[in-house]
Amino acid sequence: MNSKLFRALQAFRAAQCPAAMVTDRTTGVQALVTADQVSGELDLGEETLAGVRRLLAGDASGEVDGLFVRVYGPPWTLVLVGAVHIAQALAPMAALAGFAVKVIDPRRAFATASRFPGVELIVEWPNEVLAATPPNARTAVVTLTHDPKIDDVGLIGALRSPAFFVGALGSSRTHARRKARLVEAGFTDVDIARIAAPVGLDLGGRLPGEIAASIVAELVGARHGRPRQRP
Amino acid sequence: MNLPPSAPLSGADDDAILGQLAAWLDEGRDVALATVTKIWGSAPLPVGSHLAVEAGGAFVGSVSGGCIEGAVISSALETIADGKPRSLEFGVSDEQAWQVGLACGGTIGIFVERVR
Repeated sequence: MNSKLFRALQAFRAAQCPAAMVTDRTTGVQALVTADQVSGELDLGEETLAGVRRLLAGDASGEVDGLFVRVYGPPWTLVLVGAVHIAQALAPMAALAGFAVKVIDPRRAFATASRFPGVELIVEWPNEVLAATPPNARTAVVTLTHDPKIDDVGLIGALRSPAFFVGALGSSRTHARRKARLVEAGFTDVDIARIAAPVGLDLGGRLPGEIAASIVAELVGARHGRPRQRP
Repeated sequence: MNLPPSAPLSGADDDAILGQLAAWLDEGRDVALATVTKIWGSAPLPVGSHLAVEAGGAFVGSVSGGCIEGAVISSALETIADGKPRSLEFGVSDEQAWQVGLACGGTIGIFVERVR
């Protein structure tokens, strides 16, 4: 791979622009393809290019006309509302499972770098953050604070977005009260049914690390089209 | 005929592997990138999985969950030395694959290229 092409790929990835590296495995000659650009020394015919862009749109690596196509899709992101104890376990575990993790908490005492080393922390209200950078279809939002003032505005922001997963920590009783507040705020039963609550697979654990593992497990299933069925 | 496409890979692994490769390039090191291009049957990692190798033998990422890494790293070092891309195949019918331990029952195609 030409290092210029590699740097171009890294630039597209940094900009969260989906890109495909197309390789002739006999010669090693390559082309870098996005939805509207092509660069590199490998000449792609019109039909081949269309095939590459089909894989790009479907976010799937594979082969087109004997060429190998590696698709680099946008990242999967997990937005955690609440810089709480469970978030300290969940943030690194979710990162290992392939999520770019952001933690939002307006409470400065909770959202500190010493409590979350290396994690992107946003000390603002979740509604403001989610309005400014709306979750996309590769984003999961999970609320963890148990404080309706903070969690509810996070859930409302998530429900107004195409986030692939919306989850909330808290007991079934807490969730029943939460549902009532969301109905009051104008959300329908269909909207509210998007919320996975209590979030996490039912593994029986109570330690923060156990709860974090159950949440990561549910997120992985959701990402791969195997949602947890709730009664 | 085009093979069925693979499941999406997570971006975070790419960040770590390609980020390390970029750092090696910044330091002026010689590097190669190995990529899973095909799988037949059961294989531990999806198509597109990367293993980046530096001339000193340091590596990051994985193409097989560990069982053929040694052989792939050797090929990557050859590619770093001669600049030639290599297409490798490991599988149940491959004597060497058994020696290096691809016990999962699948076959993996891997492309190795120098980055410079």
